[in-house]
Amino acid sequence: MKSAVIVFPGSNRENDVADAIERSSGKRPVLVWHRDSDLPNVDLIVLPGGFSYGDYLRTGAIAARAPVMQEVIRRADKGTAVLGICNGFQILCESGLLPGILLRNASLKFVCRYVGLKVETSQSLFTHRYQAGEVLSVPVAHGDGNYFADPATLDRLEGEGRVAFRYCSMDGDLTPEANPNGSARNIAGIFNPTKNVLGLMPHPENATDKLLGSTSGKALFDGLVDSLA
Amino acid sequence: MVAPEPAARPNDLMGLSEEEYGRVLAILGRSPSLTELGVFSVMWSEHCSYKSSKKWLKTLPTTGPRVICGPGENAGVVDIGGGQAVIFKIESHNHPSFIEPYQGAATGVGGILRDVFTMGARPIANLNALRFGDPSHPKTRHLVAGVVAGIGGYGNCVGVPTVGGETNFHASYNGNCLVNAMTVGLAPADRIFYSKAAGPGNPVVYLGAKTGRDGIHGATMASAEFDQNSEEKRPTVQVGDPFTEKLLIEACLELMATDAIVSIQDMGAAGLTSSSVEMAGKGGLGIELDLDKVPMREPGMTAYEIMLSESQERMLMVLKPDREDVARRIFDKYELDCVTIGHLTTTGNLVVKRGGKIEADMPIQPISAQAPEYDRPWTAAPRKQPLAPASVPTHDPAAALKTLMACPDLASRRWIWDQYDYLVRGHTVQRPGGDAAVVRLPGSSKGLALVVDCTPRYCAADPETGGAQAVAETWRNLTAVGATPLAITDNMNFGNPERPEIMGQFVGCIAGMRAACTALDYPVVSGNVSLYNETQGQAILPAPVIGGVGLLDDVSRTIDLALKTPDEAIILIGDTAGWLGQSLYVREVCRRDDNSAPPPVDLAAEKRNGDFVRTAVVQGKVTACHDLSDGGLLVALAEMALAGGRGFELKPDAGRVPLHAWLFGEDQARYVVTTADSAALLKAASAAGVPAQVIGRTSAGRDLTLDGRLLISLHDLRVAHEGWLPTYMAQEL
Repeated sequence: MKSAVIVFPGSNRENDVADAIERSSGKRPVLVWHRDSDLPNVDLIVLPGGFSYGDYLRTGAIAARAPVMQEVIRRADKGTAVLGICNGFQILCESGLLPGILLRNASLKFVCRYVGLKVETSQSLFTHRYQAGEVLSVPVAHGDGNYFADPATLDRLEGEGRVAFRYCSMDGDLTPEANPNGSARNIAGIFNPTKNVLGLMPHPENATDKLLGSTSGKALFDGLVDSLA
Repeated sequence: MVAPEPAARPNDLMGLSEEEYGRVLAILGRSPSLTELGVFSVMWSEHCSYKSSKKWLKTLPTTGPRVICGPGENAGVVDIGGGQAVIFKIESHNHPSFIEPYQGAATGVGGILRDVFTMGARPIANLNALRFGDPSHPKTRHLVAGVVAGIGGYGNCVGVPTVGGETNFHASYNGNCLVNAMTVGLAPADRIFYSKAAGPGNPVVYLGAKTGRDGIHGATMASAEFDQNSEEKRPTVQVGDPFTEKLLIEACLELMATDAIVSIQDMGAAGLTSSSVEMAGKGGLGIELDLDKVPMREPGMTAYEIMLSESQERMLMVLKPDREDVARRIFDKYELDCVTIGHLTTTGNLVVKRGGKIEADMPIQPISAQAPEYDRPWTAAPRKQPLAPASVPTHDPAAALKTLMACPDLASRRWIWDQYDYLVRGHTVQRPGGDAAVVRLPGSSKGLALVVDCTPRYCAADPETGGAQAVAETWRNLTAVGATPLAITDNMNFGNPERPEIMGQFVGCIAGMRAACTALDYPVVSGNVSLYNETQGQAILPAPVIGGVGLLDDVSRTIDLALKTPDEAIILIGDTAGWLGQSLYVREVCRRDDNSAPPPVDLAAEKRNGDFVRTAVVQGKVTACHDLSDGGLLVALAEMALAGGRGFELKPDAGRVPLHAWLFGEDQARYVVTTADSAALLKAASAAGVPAQVIGRTSAGRDLTLDGRLLISLHDLRVAHEGWLPTYMAQEL
């Protein structure tokens, strides 16, 4: 699997996700600076976590208009797998590749903690190594992760099987207490209609190493290697 | 050259004393210009010159076989083998944080990060030590909310995990909160960058954010007491931009990988003044600056304002000749300013030009060589008597435990650390909430253990014991996670040193620290002094905050404090005399004034017990480990139970010690461990001359019991322990 991680000014988890991909695929992704004109031919494009452009204006809003994003959108439309984590999810929403938006956390505070994450579907190139209904332990670390879309959009996402993950208790219950940011219907991650684009707020890349406390996220990267190698 | 125009003799001398102003006149042989006076004022401020503390700081041990660079540079550097060095420092931002908590704390983090990456290190972790006033004081909640948000807002954005810290509350901090921030970085041991300038004619290059009018004279503000008008000092607080800092880190590290840099210094306190004066001064050279070339945020800034601005996210470098293009290319990539604003000279003078006029022309060497240094009068704190356990009332242990676990100084800090990204970079092995944080070193099996700690009530009661205890406790914290303690950085927070009893606290704490650092082979490699933490004559409890760094050769051997497996033996290591003087039991449970002595620190016992525990941890002989400190044995056990979600059965074997003193005494040099093989551990302890006794077992259930009697369920304990801070913070600001 060949992969590229796009680095914007202010990205800060590019190496975390590169490490996770390398752990699964044995191959280090190319880090592509946002002003580099050439995006190499790859099987997977990752938009990493961080604070692109300092979160100024709105999270992800400026990065979504970076020149390199035109090429990312073109590749996504042609079927290339695109994974947006945290700030990457915000950029995907701002760029129109995914519907909805990420608002300030309902608590109005940054939140870093391990959350329960329910796998909603195993029917995707990202989640096929999981069982639907499986509960993962994965950290979140964000100030703007409160997923919002109008009810019709939410209904459509659910109807089309495009909700990838929801926040849940470790027993799998979709409670308000298990929702770290106030997201609509506890939604933590969603797909585009063709399910080659996944955006999610939690950090599976920080849950790929036993020494660091959880390996729940590793199957996502292992699954991508299966699908794309 | 034309001498700059002398200023009219200002009324307030910008914080200089009459005697200090006389020195200025003698050095210049004439009256200073406004800009020159400003330079002397900040360089000779307590904050920049350490004029009251230098005499005593010099007595601390600062060398050791692993120390590459001790105090005097931007940060301390310690060899950790394998061609790598750890670079770290702690620094206070107390005064700005009290005036404007969000920006004060945020720029405190930004400043200490720059101190570390300016030496060539990639910052890998942040920690912080916070002290706030009484929770019932009207300003406390506002300060907690702002400071925590500021630390998170900056650290999270730059992508450096905030992995640990400590927070206490006490009425003495009502008018002066403490915000001490520590950064730890990693660098190749043979690629350390220093500030000493070299090569007359070499270009002096300004990097990073533009200069504005914020923070002018911040260092001077931080060198005076507060009065009722402190809030008016808000304009002296800087404003942080972590996004620019993140770019600055990446650009500087990229440039440092080339061979373009001669020397580099961040613009921290006293901004362009201290960076240019220190770089040229260390190199024995002069420096000429054309301030018209300085990137500015606003027009019309004077030389005085530009030289004294403390605008953030700025660096000054001396480059090798003809390497300016290399720097410019890298800084263009990150869209940061990179401008040559002057050059080094052989005159030994700082020459500052603005609009074609010379605004300063002053010799650099005397600024440090003739800086004031005071041997301030001091009086030792009167010796206090020990508190006999028999004179302390007994309370129901269950109720006492619940009170302690929910008191402001022991309640869970989850509300705080949840707001810090402690995971970014993907190497955090032990997260906040344990004895010490542990981060893995990328691409290696090694890890670093990191901690900050201090017990101000001990320091107030007996400065020498308190100073030793602060050092010993960090050493113990590092030991408990299996690390070999390497070195410390210290942040000396005290009141007005012109008062002999405050100076006596400082002198006493230093003496205790010196003894502990020496006995534990644990030198001081960097530090910061914050004096005048005093409002209307009310000084803070003295707080020599210690930041400790330890090394794990195999990070996978580290263990935490969680009780893991049922039916393991719980073993208490170290002697228990039942020392209740200055304990939280007396303060929080008995609710009485305590004028007694704090627990003594037996450094030989610390070393012996700690070395034994560390060996047991790294050899896998124990399954959990926790050091004993505030609240004593029962609090430590309760913390271990909460961390593991598992109860215990405690069987007191107090001997001659009354039960309440055994449960809640704060005797030092102690640990609690769990093990599946107690016989082997007791035998090894006996052979090492280390006191050890089995005091109970981990249980299969979720109750905490004492002699078969229920103390509290884990659920009730968790509610009490986790509830206090969120409930407190949820009230109206």
